[in-house]
Amino acid sequence: MARTIIDKLWDDHLVANLDNGTSLLYIDRVFLHERTGSVTLKELAAAKRRVRDPGQVFCTMDHIVDTFPGRGDATRMPGGTEFITQTRAAAQAAGITLFDIGDERQGIVHVVSPEQGIALPGVTLVCPDSHTCTLGGLGALAWGIGSTEAEHALATKTLVVRRPRSMRINFTGRLAPGVGAKDLIMALIGAHTASGGVGYVIEFAGEAIRALPVEGRLTLCNMGVEFGAWTVIIAPDDTVYEYVQGRPYAPRGEVLERAIDYWRGLPSDADARFDKEIALDCSRLAPQVSWGTSPQHETGIDGVVPDPAGEADANRRQSMERAQAYMGLQPGTPLAGLPIQGAFIGSCTNSRLSDLRAAAEVLKGRKVASGVRAICVPGSTQVKRAAEREGLDKVFLEAGFEWRESGCSMCFYAGGESFGFEERVVSSTNRNFENRQGPHTRTHIASPVTVAASAIAGRLADARSIAG
Amino acid sequence: MEQFTSITAIAAPLLRINIDTDAIIPSREMRTVGKTGLARGMFAGWRYKAPGSREENPDFILNREPYRQARILLSGANFGCGSSREHAVWALHEWGIRSIIAPSFGAIFASNCVRNGILPVVLDNAIVESLARHVQADPAKHLLTVSLVDCTVSTVAGERHGFTIPPADREMLLEGLDAIAVTLKRDDEIRAFQERDRQRRPWIYL
Ligand code: SF4
Repeated sequence: MARTIIDKLWDDHLVANLDNGTSLLYIDRVFLHERTGSVTLKELAAAKRRVRDPGQVFCTMDHIVDTFPGRGDATRMPGGTEFITQTRAAAQAAGITLFDIGDERQGIVHVVSPEQGIALPGVTLVCPDSHTCTLGGLGALAWGIGSTEAEHALATKTLVVRRPRSMRINFTGRLAPGVGAKDLIMALIGAHTASGGVGYVIEFAGEAIRALPVEGRLTLCNMGVEFGAWTVIIAPDDTVYEYVQGRPYAPRGEVLERAIDYWRGLPSDADARFDKEIALDCSRLAPQVSWGTSPQHETGIDGVVPDPAGEADANRRQSMERAQAYMGLQPGTPLAGLPIQGAFIGSCTNSRLSDLRAAAEVLKGRKVASGVRAICVPGSTQVKRAAEREGLDKVFLEAGFEWRESGCSMCFYAGGESFGFEERVVSSTNRNFENRQGPHTRTHIASPVTVAASAIAGRLADARSIAG
Repeated sequence: MEQFTSITAIAAPLLRINIDTDAIIPSREMRTVGKTGLARGMFAGWRYKAPGSREENPDFILNREPYRQARILLSGANFGCGSSREHAVWALHEWGIRSIIAPSFGAIFASNCVRNGILPVVLDNAIVESLARHVQADPAKHLLTVSLVDCTVSTVAGERHGFTIPPADREMLLEGLDAIAVTLKRDDEIRAFQERDRQRRPWIYL
């Protein structure tokens, strides 16, 4: 029978079919971070259980570590130091690999995981973090779980999973210049809502996907959870095999060849059936920007704040009204031109080397507008070093950006650091929820080039209008 | 793990869509490494007048009587979307919530609920709204009963709505099972899988 990539990965990780309609799936890798991993390790130890295969478990410090240069265990997050020190102690006791503060491999979990070759095509990988779906970009079956489920994965090497329905989304056509993976995923969520993927495991396919480099695929898959999907995946191909080679935990030599042989068998068979298929034409997309407090509240940068009166669904209408009150916006206002006070480039969505390069292209020889606080936080220490080798740090600093140590930083309000009350921020992150970036901070999510262009203009701006 | 069989309690309608886990428990309210001490921070951004303050916002439903005694939440679609933080469930549980009725849930959140003795009930939006209207007419008297035994939500007026829940989730809640202990009974199967798999995918075994 013809199988989808999801069928194949399910079959290959199936330990047992349980009689209550669930599957016991083998989990190849577990990744933890100090925010939610700390409690996982602590509870596991309290239950007198051990990590079954510590060699396949990794942990990083990213969520609440400080990102100012010269950082240590102190952090602005209330009680944060306790999370850091307890994670360190628990990780050591459990014998798992920790990418600690000061380690050259430290960084945001979903940036480090592909970078180190921990996430690979065809693996099952879980992490108590909702953006674990990012790794679908490599062809991994990776999803976010809670801390209690993470204990289960650590203690048993398995999870009990109910198989979601399958969906394939065909991204047809090619992206126009200046439009990238971030714009693509935002447009999808805008068109099909933040719950459009609820109950599904989704394969992203089509011409526009094949053309994306690995880092773009990671960006696209990162926001799969913002679409409500159980997880998302892109079939691996030569682009991915090339990316994987030479990474510290990736196979090499003869084993790599065997792995690639195996990976080549993973893409969905030509006649495989999905429970649902939809398509999105990419060729006419403009850069996207959010105007509200849900990722579905978004439109093209050339668009206007929509009028809730035009929304037939009462729930959605109320959510729009509430969002516009929070964001301080009126229907009909053009998005391009809205004055901003903050600009943030960072997060597991858009803080990899290609993101920084693209933003630096826009920033080169230009200055951040006065009155705008602009911050760049590379996704990992390795990304930071690579960017510095290319001189990108100088471009950011000369333009007036802060250049930080790696971590999640202002992607979320870790307690102390925020742009400020009612400040309007353009951000390369994935969530524009109320208070996500700080009390009453007004977040507009967008691509790194849109953030860079807006930082220079001092208002939301289309990078294509200032490029060249 | 705590069991869930059936409850009859005050229900609080919080009919917004896409209520995310950042809203349920803001990051700054997760102050210690553990599952407790979170109830005070639940919905902090809506429940208190200013960030960091503990001065109650009287407009927020859970600050009003009799909703302070609510054990059931009625909500809009995609409840618990966003961050995987299980703290959201721990906070709701510690505050007193035992069941949430909504048209849909964030996947990780729903799974976290089941592992902590909270029953997520999926019902059509129109039914959730009609339950909300019924409750609001007299919240102290119009209690809702959520039964996992016969998978129904019923009102004191005799209205009954059946719901479906995956059998595994129902079993886990009804029996309050220790999921790890259950799985470890299959240790032989896990070992056998590993042995086969090591031949097929040696690169996995670091
Ligand atoms: S960068 Fe933001 S979204 Fe990504 S893992 Fe960190 S806090 Fe979560």
